[in-house]
Amino acid sequence: MSVSDLSCLTRHTDGGRVLVDDLGKRYGGAAGVDAVAGVSLDIAPGEFVAVVGASGCGKSTLLRILAGFEAPTSGTVEVGGRPVTRPGPDRGVVFQDYGLFPWLTVAENVRFGLRQRGTPRRRAGQIADAFIEVVGLTRFADRFPGELSGGMQQRVAIARVLANDPAVLLMDEPFGALDALTRTQMQHELRRLYREAGTTVVFVTHSIEEAVYLADRVVVMTGGAAKGVPGHITEVFPVLLGDDRDVNAADFNALERAISERVHAG
Amino acid sequence: MSSPTTGRSAAAGRAALGFGVLAGIVGLWHLGVRGQWVLVFDIKMAFLPEPAQVARLLWDFAFGGVFDDAFSGTLWQHLWASTGRVLAGFGLAAALAIPLGVLMGRYRLVHAAFDPAVNLFRPIPATAWVPLILLIIGFGSQATIFLITLSAFFPILLNTVAAVREVPPRLVEAAQMLGTSRANVLLKVVVPASTPGIVSGLRIGLGLAWVILVLGESNGIEWGLGSMITLAREQVRTDRVVVGMIVIGLAGFLSDRILLHGLRGIFRRRPLVRAT
Ligand SMILES: Nc1ncnc2c1ncn2[C@@H]1O[C@H](COP(=O)(O)OP(=O)(O)O)[C@@H](O)[C@H]1O
Ligand SMILES: [Mg+2]
Repeated sequence: MSVSDLSCLTRHTDGGRVLVDDLGKRYGGAAGVDAVAGVSLDIAPGEFVAVVGASGCGKSTLLRILAGFEAPTSGTVEVGGRPVTRPGPDRGVVFQDYGLFPWLTVAENVRFGLRQRGTPRRRAGQIADAFIEVVGLTRFADRFPGELSGGMQQRVAIARVLANDPAVLLMDEPFGALDALTRTQMQHELRRLYREAGTTVVFVTHSIEEAVYLADRVVVMTGGAAKGVPGHITEVFPVLLGDDRDVNAADFNALERAISERVHAG
Repeated sequence: MSSPTTGRSAAAGRAALGFGVLAGIVGLWHLGVRGQWVLVFDIKMAFLPEPAQVARLLWDFAFGGVFDDAFSGTLWQHLWASTGRVLAGFGLAAALAIPLGVLMGRYRLVHAAFDPAVNLFRPIPATAWVPLILLIIGFGSQATIFLITLSAFFPILLNTVAAVREVPPRLVEAAQMLGTSRANVLLKVVVPASTPGIVSGLRIGLGLAWVILVLGESNGIEWGLGSMITLAREQVRTDRVVVGMIVIGLAGFLSDRILLHGLRGIFRRRPLVRAT
């Protein structure tokens, strides 16, 4: 399946710009905890941004606000020029625990969003089939998620959002539950899919290597409620390593080390 | 991992074990009646019919040709009448309890509105309703169906509410980010995700329906297993009482199997019913 095949099947929305301005989030009302504060970020259409940082620094909070699952306490969030107020199909989310519907087959899961948004059954089926092929699961189209391995389930989840043609892809440690081998494989596939789909990607991970391998820019977050300082962005690293990245190359490792130091400096 | 063959022979072994225990109970029953045992609670086994006698009577109840009295061959008519009442009462209970349970489980406001009423009515046992129902409905088919609805309603409702509340928020989020409308989040995600729990509630409700049947049919009804048992007791026909009990037990058991396998047939391989 080539780029052109995919684009003739979908409307092929362009990647959306993501604009976060002075974002703050407090959980639990006035006496609650500040999860993040003063987060500002401008992500270009089609850009791949990875967010790294120690656990509890507010990565998921940021992503969930972008998705529209949580409302910000202060600041603004815009995707594609529109303020985010609720979840919507312009922002596809890939969860660490997949979030597939266990009572639907792979094919039914992948066409679910299309059907919900009124795509006729036949066409939804064609688009779903194409994306199932893209993630290499054609033989498993009629299986149920419970019958698949973790890696295969995450492929289904990725096909499900891509079929829905989002402007922005939000991924929260999507490969965190996978074994090392599957994880590497999924990283390769995601890079390929990202180039074909042309969406903007915000990718949360705690693996710096994964971030450097995948992203155009790596955002480092530190702090967090547990540290007494709200989570915030400390530095943004551009990744100028070209398209063919070698995790063993010297420049790759140098960047990885620089980011790691920033993450652990707190 | 066990191969299908060993799995099947293990299942056969378990079935044999179950039948062995049943055969043991029947054997003890036989010996107890013969030996005129007196057990705890002052159970006088001598007052019981022997298993063989009950088997003969059951056969006659179903097919006639043994005693040829008014009782012979009437099982199906009694069973038919009772099944109709159970289905009507159970169906009504399910039709009311499932939608209300889904809304109560999903929306805090609906829960707040109905929870106090549910908790006030729920502890009132069906037996306590009987005198009131006698006065405001009068005994008969309608009163029986009402009692069954009342008894089946609460287990279905409570299981539905619990199942809906346990739907992983992740599934709702997944549906929302795919562009699913509020109504379809409820219908296409919350309802299927809670189906295993709802089915558990339905099974409990259906079982209770057969329990309450005897109470409801104990007066003012000509055809029905409950009225048959009531009449047998008035005539001091212990053997017929036991036959009636066995038929109700079998009917309850079979209806549960039919419900379960019917739903499995509809759902096929979809994991919508808990493995038993
Ligand atoms: N729903 C919530 N209610 C209260 N506190 C929360 C909630 N979600 C996250 N937090 C808190 O906010 C902080 C940031 O959490 P999170 O965004 O999950 O961090 P990360 O994804 O980087 O590990 C943590 O201290 C966490 O305990
Ligand atoms: Mg997280």
